[in-house]
Amino acid sequence: MLCQNIHCGLFEFCCFNWIIISGGTMAVLKIKFSFQRRVHLAQGLWLLSWVAMFSGGVTFCMGLFLKMELLRRAEVMHTTDIHVVPNLLMVVGLASVGINLFAGRVCQDSMDSTRFTQWKNVMIPYFGVSLFFTSMLIVAMALSYALQPNLEESLKVGLKNGIRFYKDTDTPGRCFQKETIDRLQVEFRCCGNTNFKDWFEVQWISNRYLDFTSKEVNDRVRSNVDGRYLMDGVPFSCCNPASPRPCIQEHLTDNSAHFNYDYHSEELNLHNRGCREALVNYFMGLMNTIGPCVLSVFFVQMSVLASLRYLQTAMAALEGQENVEVETEGYILEKGVKETLNEAKETLKKLLQLGQVDAEPAPGDAEAAEGKAAS
Amino acid sequence: MALLKVKFDLKKRVKLAQGLWLLYWLAVMAGIFVFSMGLFFKVELRKRSEMMDNNESHFVPNLLILAGLAACGLNAFGGKVCHDSLDATKFAKWKPMVKTYLCGCFGFNVLLFITALLCFTMQFSLYFALAEGLKNGMKFYRDTDTPGRCFMKRTLDMTQIEFRCCGNNNFRDWFEIQWISNRYLDFSSDEVKDRVLSNVEGKFLMDSVPFSCCNPGSPRPCIQHHLTNNSAHYDYDHHTEELNIWTRGCREALVSYYGGMMNSIGALVFLVICLEVAVMVGLQYLTTSLDTLANPEDPESESEGWLLEKTVKETVADVMAKIKSLVKGNQVEGAEGEQAVATVS
Repeated sequence: MLCQNIHCGLFEFCCFNWIIISGGTMAVLKIKFSFQRRVHLAQGLWLLSWVAMFSGGVTFCMGLFLKMELLRRAEVMHTTDIHVVPNLLMVVGLASVGINLFAGRVCQDSMDSTRFTQWKNVMIPYFGVSLFFTSMLIVAMALSYALQPNLEESLKVGLKNGIRFYKDTDTPGRCFQKETIDRLQVEFRCCGNTNFKDWFEVQWISNRYLDFTSKEVNDRVRSNVDGRYLMDGVPFSCCNPASPRPCIQEHLTDNSAHFNYDYHSEELNLHNRGCREALVNYFMGLMNTIGPCVLSVFFVQMSVLASLRYLQTAMAALEGQENVEVETEGYILEKGVKETLNEAKETLKKLLQLGQVDAEPAPGDAEAAEGKAAS
Repeated sequence: MALLKVKFDLKKRVKLAQGLWLLYWLAVMAGIFVFSMGLFFKVELRKRSEMMDNNESHFVPNLLILAGLAACGLNAFGGKVCHDSLDATKFAKWKPMVKTYLCGCFGFNVLLFITALLCFTMQFSLYFALAEGLKNGMKFYRDTDTPGRCFMKRTLDMTQIEFRCCGNNNFRDWFEIQWISNRYLDFSSDEVKDRVLSNVEGKFLMDSVPFSCCNPGSPRPCIQHHLTNNSAHYDYDHHTEELNIWTRGCREALVSYYGGMMNSIGALVFLVICLEVAVMVGLQYLTTSLDTLANPEDPESESEGWLLEKTVKETVADVMAKIKSLVKGNQVEGAEGEQAVATVS
């Protein structure tokens, strides 16, 4: 049981341990506040709320940046599941700006207890909404890791289609696939879907540029079941500029076609990695950078909410008192965690049953809840 | 007759001092901005110095960096003088330095003006440096086994890809050099031997370009080899084919890139000059108005401020006389010096 009055420093909120208090009616994490301490708390909270508002703006910008990067490569992605991560970050960023503006306002009003009482009824719903949005940050972070297989699958299908439609530069709607894939391969230094051999399985030269009167072309096309012109060649965008020799694009598996060339030992000629791997690494790198930032924003936001709760409860104890300079206690929860949860459940039930027509189930339910609370 | 005289009461003086203080802070930011522009320009030149044979002139970016630092210092001092100007005791210690400071500012503005002009004119020297550098770069494209030049191929390929250009003037520059190293040429083959022998210098020349010249926007897969031979490729006419490889030369591409950068920097330096002139004029008015208080004991009295104490002609004559006297003060013949002084007065 953790039922001690913690006289810790104002901002040592290392006691963020929400330990379940077994059966006691003691408040959670009580702290005594003298008048001076309350003033300091209000001032510190006001500053902290500005910091948190700024970090909310930063979260929004990070979400926006991630979304822009995902949209840029939208042509090689099949599904848009991964977009939920930047969308969440943007929504939470905007919400946190609002939450912190409100916290700053309450803080300013806390110095004057008459103005402070007008906020009384709004505080509990406000805390509920704020906690919800703040926890969305953690959800966004978790999703960014959980959706990685989705991203990979989406890229796999998208790149496969891109490579298939590479030659269709005359088909409306697909005419930019060639340019997209070429620029992607040059920028990310990759070739094909899994590796460069993906190009061997696709006809990437349009029939418009194949001389069907030539014997060689006819042989190749007929040697294939689907009548496709397949060859062991890759587009120019697969070429690696760091190679010491001019790029070898055609007859890649034929050692005798090029002087001093061994297909098995040649490593620098083309880009070795596949575009799927390159893009997944790039996006995961982005999300790994954004992750710690989101975590720190989460901690800042939670400290704002906790400070505001302490301020609210400390000020609420002053209600009806003549002398504002008396010492009061602030706490996170008035009763233990279990009791608070039960009370919340009952309040919700009452709210829901206000809308219901038949009154009979209501007393029965209320009795059952009371029975549980008593035990 | 003073030039552009303006009457000042206490309120006007206070407003001038406050506005000028803000302008001085703006000018400090502008100084930092000029410094960072110089730094950015220097970094960009360094990045592509291989394309310019590593002997490009860093004079202009260095000048910008120095000017930015000097602007920061001068404007911070000016701001301090301004801040102290409304308190007579504090201002008294700065009073003797103000005149020298204003002369210094004037000189600094002239320096900024020269820098801006240089920004615009340096493009010519850059043009020639690039022409020479690219020619040599292409010559060493194949030397990937020579220490010191082994990265030229990669640099040139990346430049052509990034700036969407091919060759020095255009892609035909690649036809005139051997860009495939002898290590990768099969000298036992007849074709290779024929090509090499058909050439006076024994170079393996061909009408092909490296892969980095390819344009990704082309509807057909890139044609790199036998560019001038229509029969080598199906449905290909090298006279009408425009999208296959980049048609622009890398010199033109790089010159327009750097030219754009330098034009913007030059224009911004001109704006900074305008700001500096404005703060100089403001400080001159402020100091003269504080000097000419009708009642020196009473800070609320009226005063006059001006741009120049005498007319422009007289001021210039005064300055020339001063310079002459300074020069002749060093001369041994004292009689001539006295005569010159007598003539002026």
